[in-house]
Amino acid sequence: MISVRRDICAYCGCCISVCPEGALELIDAYLDVDANTCITCGICVRACPLGALEVKK
Amino acid sequence: MKSTYDMLVIGAGPAGAFAAKTAAEKGLSVLMVEKRPAPGAPVRCAEGVGKELLREFMKPDERWVAAEIERAHLIAPDGFRMEMNPEKAGSEVGYVLHRKVFDRELVWQAAAAGSDIMVKTRACSPVMENGVVKGALLEYNGTVTEVRAGVTIAADGVESKFARWCGVNTTVPLREMETCAQYLMTGSDIDPHATEFFAGNDVAPGGYVWIFPKGEKTANVGIGIGGDRGGKPGIRPIDYLNRFVKQHFPNGKTIELIAGGVSICKPLESTVADGLMIVGDAARVSDPLTGGGIYNALYTGKTAGEVAVDSLAKGDVSRKALMKYDETWRASYMGKALERNYQIKEVFVKLTDDDLNSIIHSVAKMNMSEFNTLSLIKNIITANPKVAMKLGKAGLKSLIDSI
Ligand SMILES: Cc1cc2nc3c(=O)[nH]c(=O)nc-3n(C[C@H](O)[C@H](O)[C@H](O)COP(=O)(O)OP(=O)(O)OC[C@H]3O[C@@H](n4cnc5c(N)ncnc54)[C@H](O)[C@@H]3O)c2cc1C
Ligand code: SF4
Ligand code: SF4
Repeated sequence: MISVRRDICAYCGCCISVCPEGALELIDAYLDVDANTCITCGICVRACPLGALEVKK
Repeated sequence: MKSTYDMLVIGAGPAGAFAAKTAAEKGLSVLMVEKRPAPGAPVRCAEGVGKELLREFMKPDERWVAAEIERAHLIAPDGFRMEMNPEKAGSEVGYVLHRKVFDRELVWQAAAAGSDIMVKTRACSPVMENGVVKGALLEYNGTVTEVRAGVTIAADGVESKFARWCGVNTTVPLREMETCAQYLMTGSDIDPHATEFFAGNDVAPGGYVWIFPKGEKTANVGIGIGGDRGGKPGIRPIDYLNRFVKQHFPNGKTIELIAGGVSICKPLESTVADGLMIVGDAARVSDPLTGGGIYNALYTGKTAGEVAVDSLAKGDVSRKALMKYDETWRASYMGKALERNYQIKEVFVKLTDDDLNSIIHSVAKMNMSEFNTLSLIKNIITANPKVAMKLGKAGLKSLIDSI
């Protein structure tokens, strides 16, 4: 699973566009991860400019 | 809000707003939806735009022009500063905007032209019939409503989820996503009429640092790096930015934090589907070399608006009919620039600091009165054989073809 550090995320959308599965969605300022589609590939983690995403095993 | 419109626009950035305005002015019934409570905020932009390019669409207004730019400085990894001063050669440079005000002005113009607008309203799914996009489900205030439309415009920016839901793959490869952080800084002595660009693998691997003034003592100070270059503590955009600011703006005060991503990939293979046109960042038409996308958003928005009017008048919104939009922008000045700058970008991201130093030193010796892309590339290639080797034969050919 991907976990979002809400204290760090600035809801910019950068991670969403690199997710191959379309598992991320910004609902205004709330980044939502669809646990059913996320394959925990970690691509979004690398794209985040602030370091708000973490892979949680 | 009605339940049926001629045109439904998803996203109220510059691309969506200009599409809505163009179509509403020609008499179409238009609904534009924006998921954020306030279009334009938070900002995801360094706010620079070419003067002549902007004037194709709007008369500059002091309410949203923060600064007029006369010259640019390019700083090589070894610290060498090169001044580019196209004004001396008679051509204009650019503006730095207040996007919060600018974006709202565009939405206001769309409303004034007759378009309906809904904010804090998110398109959460397309309405599709036999593979044709017929509108969207809109989530507003806890309820979901279906709105049907003759043509739907996906103008949902870098996220580009709407087209994806319609079956178009909009995923940006990680290495072609510039990941960015920016501070709006005040309290530092900057040249209020010059932009500055810092290149080099220590300052910004696979990208650059920019300083875009927004008036006296205030500037957007930001960085973009290649998506595959960061991703770990200490080497993320925010870390590079903090180090840069500490060194160059020790007394500056940060009054805003901006994060964001700009795609530097090729545009989508097709920016239309049955009943759907994709515009602006959602179509991946931001410039692969500069990251600029404001002009491209306005231009594709306008073109899509015009094609929507035509196609609806003819009663044909099939993919084939809407291809007019795709073909028009690809053949345009913008389409050509995207192709050329993609080739240049592919070389740029592979350059070492030594390459960058020698390129910038050799360009600085050029006669600026004959400064154009072709002469620039010729100069770089003859003065820097190592760079020409990196391009390879195929690279050189495609670069020259694209010019
Ligand atoms: C750090 C950074 C610096 C930049 N600097 C420059 C620069 O100096 N010059 C330049 O020209 N360009 C720059 N750009 C690029 C520029 O910001 C974009 O190209 C431009 O904003 C694209 O406009 P747009 O209308 O396509 O998308 P956007 O302006 O992103 O608008 C899209 C809108 O759609 C909304 N939306 C998304 N999904 C939905 C949905 N499902 N339902 C309803 N609404 C939705 C979003 O909330 C947003 O308001 C920069 C980008 C970044 C990230
Ligand atoms: S890229 Fe990072 S800051 Fe931006 S929305 Fe995703 S998690 Fe948040
Ligand atoms: S880990 Fe991979 S699949 Fe999951 S949200 Fe991130 S990019 Fe998407």
